[in-house]
Amino acid sequence: MTQNIQFIPGSDACIEGALYAGCDFFAGYPITPSSEVAEGLAAALPKRGGKFIQMEDEIASMACIIGAALAGKKVMTATSGPGFSLKQEGIGYACMTETPCVIANIQRGGPSTGNPTHVAQGDTMQARWGSHGDHSIIAMTASNLQDVFKITVEAFNLAEQYRTPVILMFDEATQHLREKVVIPEPGEIEVIDRIRTKIPVGEQYYPYLTDANGQRPMSDFGAGHRFHVTGLHHNIMGFPDVSPANVDALIHHLVDKIENKANELARYKEYYMDDADYVIVAYGTTTRSAIQAAEDYRNQLGIKVGVLELQTVWPFAGDIVREKCANAKAVIVAEMNMGQIVNEVKRVVAQPEKVFFSNRVDNQIIKPSDIKAALRMITGKGV
Amino acid sequence: MSDTEFDVKKYIRAQFFPQMWCPGCGHGTVMGALLRAIHDLGLDNNDVSVISGIGCSSRISGYLDFNTAHTMHGRALPTATGVKLANPNLKVIVPFGDGDSTAIGGNHFIHACRRNIDITAIVMNNRIYGMTGGQYSPMSGCGVKASTAPYGVPDRSFDLMELAKGAGATFVARTTVYHAKEAQNTIKKAIEHKGFSVVEILSMCPTQFGRKNKAGEAPQMMEWYKDNTVPMGSKKLADNPDLIQRGVFVDEVAPEYCETYQENVIDKVMKKG
Repeated sequence: MTQNIQFIPGSDACIEGALYAGCDFFAGYPITPSSEVAEGLAAALPKRGGKFIQMEDEIASMACIIGAALAGKKVMTATSGPGFSLKQEGIGYACMTETPCVIANIQRGGPSTGNPTHVAQGDTMQARWGSHGDHSIIAMTASNLQDVFKITVEAFNLAEQYRTPVILMFDEATQHLREKVVIPEPGEIEVIDRIRTKIPVGEQYYPYLTDANGQRPMSDFGAGHRFHVTGLHHNIMGFPDVSPANVDALIHHLVDKIENKANELARYKEYYMDDADYVIVAYGTTTRSAIQAAEDYRNQLGIKVGVLELQTVWPFAGDIVREKCANAKAVIVAEMNMGQIVNEVKRVVAQPEKVFFSNRVDNQIIKPSDIKAALRMITGKGV
Repeated sequence: MSDTEFDVKKYIRAQFFPQMWCPGCGHGTVMGALLRAIHDLGLDNNDVSVISGIGCSSRISGYLDFNTAHTMHGRALPTATGVKLANPNLKVIVPFGDGDSTAIGGNHFIHACRRNIDITAIVMNNRIYGMTGGQYSPMSGCGVKASTAPYGVPDRSFDLMELAKGAGATFVARTTVYHAKEAQNTIKKAIEHKGFSVVEILSMCPTQFGRKNKAGEAPQMMEWYKDNTVPMGSKKLADNPDLIQRGVFVDEVAPEYCETYQENVIDKVMKKG
């Protein structure tokens, strides 16, 4: 059997991942640099009976995928920059109503219109806290296109499993990069479908009742269970209920269902970490330069530098970061922002004073030389 | 079509009553007209989806025993668009307020009209933001008193019928809560219509609009609709052009969005292979 090998840009790797995961509904609005995802799915979805719709704005496309998810579809939207800000209202509604959906945020320079065609990682905290009110969120990213494919499949799986929006935090560089991607055969990567209720039509179905397995099985609009959803604080029936005990249980549920599973949700990769004296924590595009910096230090100076790549950005994998950094003489966090994950790392490690920061915010990819400059300062030796 | 007698209990979630509307609110009459229209059409509860926005009127979705969502302020129509496109077999109805549909959701409203997607929008127009304390809406009208217009609204208001017509809705009608039977029949026609239908129902808010504008109690406000509206093209308009016209202003056949997407996109692409 021949492998399905493609040489494609990151947008296509994301599209292929979405299709592999069974995405059958996409609503979007044009914005750089995410538009290629919408364009690709506009062509691909109808070929398999799926639906694509270009909505009148970012807010509408977010609302539209929520509606389609309520009617049973595996849904996605994609956006960038200001579009991600506009989607926050709908992301909060999807959190509150526990509606599975995937939002690809192809990051570009900000704030405001910023720089639509260049790279940044300035939305990391916005992904976590961008929508008002207490909630939790799953956000993921990747640094090479094989992983973009895989993480996109995972995003759909987790959205369905956890009944939550999942945000893909790719960026302009991975979007426009071209690499070899092997598209797996069906079944090679597990695809998880929504858990649907087994309660017979005609019997009482509670859309927000946790079952013995810790799941809240769903039904679809039109499937006969006739449930209600609201963005108001609600009870197991989905009906507004602002009694303090109910609200307390709801907020704890929305946060705990994700935060208590941080270790299970953690996807990460280690490069040269077995004997590392120095650890670079990186995510997304930044990881590529971190690996190069680590290799240069090892090969040219014999200094043992390793890289911990976070693919799950939220919930923050605090236990894993603490454990992997436990023996490090120093930790460098590399980000293309003014410091967003670095404070999370400082918060979890035993010695926060040993955490250093390497960044760029000039719309250029962080280079190995940028990270090596930090290593030189820390180790006193440079390459 | 149904030949059984109307039983409201078949269509409501009785456990969630009493509803939260004030005494004298017009929205209950709209709800009654909607449910009677659904009954007249013989629709199965499982086949109906009611998607609302935010505000007094939009609380309607929770009380009805269909597939229901109380969504975000202004976002009922794009959410409903997702429901309808995902499952075109559902009869999707969007009852919402004048602020929801014409202010914060105004852009969604005109694009839903333009797409001609088979959704019935019912604008429960009481000319005020009731839930938030009586602020003026784009439908209040110049001179109306509101909590944010203590000296009278300086804005001109929309004519919703002209707006819907101009944006391409293929069924556009207006009625009032005084004319409850007419409202029932108009909603029935709107649901039967294939394409985007808009029904404006002039409703009343004695609590907010009524008190601030000395419009009287609910019965007086209802009487006002009786005295100040006329059937479309009435001879009375010649003497008093300020009378508000009721009736079906647009009823056209045009390609419906979900069918067009199925036939012109999916079927064609799949045939090509």
